Amino acid sequence: MRADRRLIDALRDDLGCIGTKEGCSIGVCGACSVLVDGKLLSACLMPAVFVSGRAVTTVEGLARGDELSPLQDAFIREGGFQCGICTPGQLIAATALLAERRRPSDDEIREWMMGNLCRCTGYHGITRAIKAAMA
Amino acid sequence: MTYDYHEPETVAEALDLMARHGEDAHLVAGATAFTLLWRQGLLRPGHVIGLRRIVGLGGITATDKELVIGATATHREIERSADVARHCPALTRTFASVATVRIRNQATLGGNLAHADPAQDPPPMLMALGAEVVAASAAGERTIALDDLFVDVFTTSLRSDEVLTAIRVPALAPGTHATYLKFLPQTADDYATVSVAATMRFTDDGEVADVRVALGACGPTPVRARSVEDALAGAVPDAARIADAAARVDADIAPFDDVRGSAGYKRDMARVWTERALLSLVEGRA
Repeated sequence: MRADRRLIDALRDDLGCIGTKEGCSIGVCGACSVLVDGKLLSACLMPAVFVSGRAVTTVEGLARGDELSPLQDAFIREGGFQCGICTPGQLIAATALLAERRRPSDDEIREWMMGNLCRCTGYHGITRAIKAAMA
Repeated sequence: MTYDYHEPETVAEALDLMARHGEDAHLVAGATAFTLLWRQGLLRPGHVIGLRRIVGLGGITATDKELVIGATATHREIERSADVARHCPALTRTFASVATVRIRNQATLGGNLAHADPAQDPPPMLMALGAEVVAASAAGERTIALDDLFVDVFTTSLRSDEVLTAIRVPALAPGTHATYLKFLPQTADDYATVSVAATMRFTDDGEVADVRVALGACGPTPVRARSVEDALAGAVPDAARIADAAARVDADIAPFDDVRGSAGYKRDMARVWTERALLSLVEGRA
């Protein structure tokens, strides 16, 4: 592995896990959100060598076989996406939120998800889906 | 092209690598800033030395005298530290206001300070709290007051043979109030257009016993507003006196035009937000 490879490069180009998207490439848009040992990170800012020996979770890892995670199911039921490009990052960010706080308030949801941009501006559907997954 | 990546396990090993590779070496901790600068072609070191495996550089400890934050502690660890919250709730809020949780999970305080971007949040708050950094070299350790750390944009007074190992924040005198205000007219995860950190303590007669004010995003480095402090020392801080003191911030800052506003706009906002910060401290004493 070249030292200057980023985690997003390793995931998409080396492993073929193309569920994680690359948007802004500067850690702002949230499209490349992944979990590393459960911590929410931008794969576009993470040197791939930093995750040696650590557990990386991408959107491909949220379902158990054919069984969607409660958040994935809620995003579908509540219309938590339109074009879908930001959805893997939204799902990963929301997964990290619910792992940390079982019942976040509306303000906490908005504050946490603030860093995941949706250019279709489907934010109401996204917050509705997260609340539905908590129920 | 790429670089050779090294992960020393002790500060001594890191210093040895730095001595071997000299100006061709670059230190990283969380590597957020480095990854951006590398991809833009603004940094081209042949050797990158990662500090994250050095156990002694992490963690947060508190005593009656001071709070010590390891250089590789992430923003998020500091934001969630009970020791930090006990020491100064405004410091907790400062770290919680940085970018997004993703960045805070990766970026470290040592990296933040060594990177020396003048718009970052922790530096003005730490200046107002009288913090200092510890720098280690083969010759031993020295401390550098935060007031003396920042030299220019992306430039510190750390020598090329030194590693920033820790940040020391002295205990606040009892009754000290602190705040950090960040003016964000665009998005909540943006860099501040201007930011103001302030600490204040009052005498029993309601005069200003101690005051420290520092601003971010108001020039090539975060900066102490000594004109403001001088105008308040020993004063009864009523609204008129605070307005007068805040107006003097103009002499302390050197903002430049950028996407977050013109230099003139930032001068106006520095005055407004300095006044708000000082008023909040005066109104906050009970």
